[in-house]
Formats: sequence, C-alpha cells, structure tokens
Amino acid sequence: MSTSSPPSRRTGLPLRARLATTVGGAAGRASRLAGRGDGSVIGGVIGLRLKPDLLSLLARGRQIVLVTGTNGKTTTTRLITAAIGTLGQQIASNAFGANMEAGLVSALARAPEATLAVLEVDEKYLPAMLEVTGARVVTLLNLSRDQMDRAAEIWLLARRWRAALAAADCRVIANADDPLVAWAAGQSRKVTWVAAGQRWHDDSWCCPNCGSHLRRDGEDWHCGECPNRRPPVSWVLAGNEVIDPTGRSRPLDLILPGRANRSNAVVALAVADVFGVGVTAALNAIAQVRSVAGRYTHVERHGCDLRLLLAKNPAGWLEALDVLVPAPVPVMLAVNAQIPDGRDTSWLWDVDYRRLRGRPVFVTGERRTDLAVRLEADEVAFRVVGSVDEAIEQSRSPSMEVIANYTAFQQIRATLGRTA
Amino acid sequence: MDTGFSPGHGARGPSAVRLVWIYPDLLSTYGDRGNLLVLARRARLRGIPVEIAEVNSDQRVPADGDIYLLGGGEDLPQILAARRLQASGGMSAAVNRGAVVLAVCAGYQIVGTEFGGVEGEPVPGLGLIDIRSGRGERRGVGEITADVDPALGVQRLTGFENHQGNTWRGPDVKPLATVLTGVGNGDGTEGAYSGRIVGTYLHGPALVRNPSLADLLLSWVVGPLPPIDPRQEDLVQTLRRERLAATPAPS
Repeated sequence: MSTSSPPSRRTGLPLRARLATTVGGAAGRASRLAGRGDGSVIGGVIGLRLKPDLLSLLARGRQIVLVTGTNGKTTTTRLITAAIGTLGQQIASNAFGANMEAGLVSALARAPEATLAVLEVDEKYLPAMLEVTGARVVTLLNLSRDQMDRAAEIWLLARRWRAALAAADCRVIANADDPLVAWAAGQSRKVTWVAAGQRWHDDSWCCPNCGSHLRRDGEDWHCGECPNRRPPVSWVLAGNEVIDPTGRSRPLDLILPGRANRSNAVVALAVADVFGVGVTAALNAIAQVRSVAGRYTHVERHGCDLRLLLAKNPAGWLEALDVLVPAPVPVMLAVNAQIPDGRDTSWLWDVDYRRLRGRPVFVTGERRTDLAVRLEADEVAFRVVGSVDEAIEQSRSPSMEVIANYTAFQQIRATLGRTA
Repeated sequence: MDTGFSPGHGARGPSAVRLVWIYPDLLSTYGDRGNLLVLARRARLRGIPVEIAEVNSDQRVPADGDIYLLGGGEDLPQILAARRLQASGGMSAAVNRGAVVLAVCAGYQIVGTEFGGVEGEPVPGLGLIDIRSGRGERRGVGEITADVDPALGVQRLTGFENHQGNTWRGPDVKPLATVLTGVGNGDGTEGAYSGRIVGTYLHGPALVRNPSLADLLLSWVVGPLPPIDPRQEDLVQTLRRERLAATPAPS
C-alpha cells in the first residue's frame, strides 16, 4: 500500500464508472465543439446510461453543498463557490445551471480531484439528490409558484422536502422568512436559520403545518392556531447590511444588483461559515462576482449597452422589475412558453407591470401576444418587435434593459453570441 | 350599504358594476387577477363604471357585490377558504339576491356541495350549485378547448387547465361546455352553470382568452352591452386565434 500520496479520486472509481466518466466527458467536449450547448448535460446523460449509480460513486468522499429553491439557485451556487474558493481548494460545481442528475454527474466528473462540491439542484429533485449524494450541507432559498404545469403544487413539494430532510444527516441552511421553507426544514436536526427576506408573499398565506391563516407582522410570521412560527435566526439581511451570528453588521457592497442578490449573499455567507470561511474573506469574494451564467451581463450591441436580466416566475419578475434603472431607459420584455419555461403563461397576470408605464417598452418572444394582452390590461404602452436588434433600432437609445424568461433568455444570448 | 369597494376609473355611483374578488390571499394560484382585470377593462371600454373589492380571508365578504370571482388554490388554502366563506355568509346572501359568480378551478369545486381534501377525503363546499367534486385518476395539465352550450351565446373556450379533479352535476345543473381538447370535468364536459353561477376548470385568467364569456357575466348585471371599438379587441382576438390554432381539436 502506498503511503507517499493519496490515491487519485478518479482511479479510486470502479472500472465501469471510470469508463462512464471518460466517455461522458468526451461527449461533453464534442457537444461543446459542435456548438450545441455548454456540454454540461450530454456527458452526464451518457455516463448515467453506462452506470446508473454513477452519481453516488462520484459523490463518495466529497463534501457536497446542495443549493435549491425556486429563485436564485444559480447565483447562490456561484456566490458560495466564490466564498469557499478562498480556502484555495478545487471546487466542483454545475455553474451553468444544469441542475438535474445528469448535470450533477457532469460537474463532479469534470473535477475528479475536487473534495468540495457546490451543486444547484432542481427543487423537484432535492429529495432524490440528497439521498444519492449524501450532501453535508443543504441550502434552501425560497419556494414560490413556478412552472406549475410541471410542479403541480408547491405545498406537496415542501412536504417532500420536509420528509427527506428529516431523514438526512446534513446541516440545513434555510430562509426563515419563507414559511414554506421554514416548515420544510422544521424537522431537520441541524438548521442554521437565515433571515434572508421574502419579497413575494402570495404563496404563503396559509400555514403549511395546519392550513390556518398565517399572521404576518413585518418579516415576522406565526400561525394563529398551531405552534408554527418563524424560527429564531442567526444571520440577518437588514437592508443593505448583513448581521452575522455575533451581532456584527457589515455593508453588503455587491456588484450584483438588487435585494434578491443581497439575500443570496447572506445565505452564501452562512454556508461559507460551515466550512470555516470568515465573514470578511467570504464577503470580499462574493462582492466581486459580476455576472452569473449570463445574468446581469452587459453586452454592447450596435452601439447599445444591453443589460440582461433573467426572470422565470412572478417572484423573479418582481425582483427583476425592482432592479431596473429608471425611465427613460427602454425595457425589452421577452417571454416564451417552452417546456423549461412552463407551457402555461397564466403567471403573467401575477406580475404587476404598471410600473413600466411612462417608459419605452418593447415586447418579444414566442408568446409576445400573451405578454402584449397583459400589458394592455395594465395600460402600459408598448411596441411588439421580432428581435432584440429590432428593439435597438427602434429605440435609438444608448442603453436598454432586457428581462426574459428562461428559453427566451437563452435565445437572446445565442443571438448576441456566447460572449453574453 | 356595505363597505369595502374602491372606485376604479369610473365615478362612484349606484350604476357601477361591483366586482368582488374573493380571497386573493388563498384563491389565487396562477394569475387569477386576470379575470378581475378583464371584467373591469371590458366594462370601462363601454363607459360602465366599476368598483372593485379585493377581500382577503380575514375580511368580511360584502353581500352587495354584482360579480363574485373565486380563483384556484392548492388543497390547504382551498379547504381554509371554504371554511371561511361558510362562516362569512356574505356571498351566499348575494347569490340568493341574484349576484353573478365566476368560480375557477378550486373555486369551482368550493361552490359545489363537496370536494376532495388533502388525502382525498370529502370536504363540504358552499352548496351554491348542485355539483360534487373528487380526485380523479390523473392530473389534467395542458391547453383545453371546449364548445360552450349554445344557449349561452359564448364563443369556443380556450384556456389552460391544471387539476386532478373530477366533477359531477346534479339534475338541474348544465355543463358549461363540451370538451374538444383536454380533460375538463372528466366526462367529456367542461365546467357547469346554473342560474348566474358559472364554474370552470380553465384555471387562472380564464376570461383573458374568452372575452365573450366575460361579456356574458357583465350582461347578466347590466343588460345588453354595446360593442367595443374593434381596435381595442385586436390583440385579444389575435391571441385567441393563436391559441386555438396551436391547439387543434381532434376531428
């Protein structure tokens, strides 16, 4: 037995698993070369076909952080990676948002030597992925209506989280301000509660524990009929500051805009703390993150400075509209309803678009007519355009804000080139 | 006079149509506000003033509304809403006076005599209309199109459904429509109506793509409606054509 160096993580895998990661990796590179996506899913798909338990093999011996919730998964994964990255160790991560089993496999297979992994997980897959990976830390951001044609009901989702987390031996970092999240984490043995805020309240007026009406007083909430209430928190987002468990507050001077990202940052600090990364070091790293998988990116196009914002559901649109630069800078909205977006556009009617009144608004995407009817009802003036270039040409503005949902966002990025 | 109405753009007065949105905190799963906005818009385009009351579940339901809107909800909010509405009584009093009800999805089940709870157990509804609902075998998710009972003079319905309910009608209740694509009540019919109560499994903003259904509800309150300037109808009609073309009915 050799004592000079630890065995390579990769050669420690059984032969078939090694083959599966090698073949999968080659397919991922081929997919990237062929210009078909970033190659982060196809490799995992092939690997899993060769070796169905590949993910648990790849996860073995690593310290894994899972990040889930309706909004902010990709950004928070990036922030946690930046914070823990200050330890100087290699970190495996599905940084581009491929958050189902194949995406996790690809992320781990690409970094065979990394002993740390930060992985975002689709909220529907959390129970299965938690069991398979044996994660050390699970991060729960929020739960709200999203792609209801696929998710059915979010309370049922919260109930599955609750059962899975009760059975797991992991540290849970959970947003105490979201009653559904708090309930889902409520039976876990080790929870760090974060007051990360909740901008969108409309999916949590009902006590998830007993079905009575929840009472709210500012961020505080409690049930009128059962003992369910907001748990005591150790990390707090207070305006533009974070208060750590010792009570010390520091300003959150992030490059990323908006309340939602300050919320994600506080959660990331709490996760970094589990790995012994101090607040100052973690915050310095988090503050430098500039764009995440194309989100918040500025792109120069035909003399127009475009800023790209992703918003996939009502809670996300609320946060995106919050960070818009003021009028008269024009705004382009793009909406699709492909399978990853949800086939149902009903959610448009949960977004209050009235604050777009009085500035130039362009409407595009495969479901631009649905969006146009929605804006008409809110008495927002708009112009329908076929593409981002048409909006730039018509606006004659030196800058423009772009808000798009998932596949519309990807289409715009493809138009603008992979630099976006 | 009951309180709680806030004037819309029109002047406040006895001739205004009073819209009551029941429990947006509990019964608004996916864009249910759309029905309120469409009714208000189509009334105002005809010069009919509108007053709106959004009534949360900890508030009293006014008994003097003209049109009551109930939206969708998950199991727990649905059960809580039914309980609160029974205790409040305002809507039942209004219905007895001849008020109009549009009940969507979970709301549709609530206005009946019984619906299925979290584990499928029967939960008592408001009994405003003789229908009974329970849990079906599979979830109906997707575009739905249905031809409306010709007696109502409403154009083909187009919408989205997302539910696992089956609904059965008593002898005096008629189906709202016959399903062309989708699931609806589970027996080839979609929705139900009796008197001025209309229920449907088209969820969320059901009236957005079905302006003639919105007009039917308004006409039950104010009588025959003047036409709307076609330019104000353009987009909605385009949307209807797009959605109907994207959901071809089986021949």
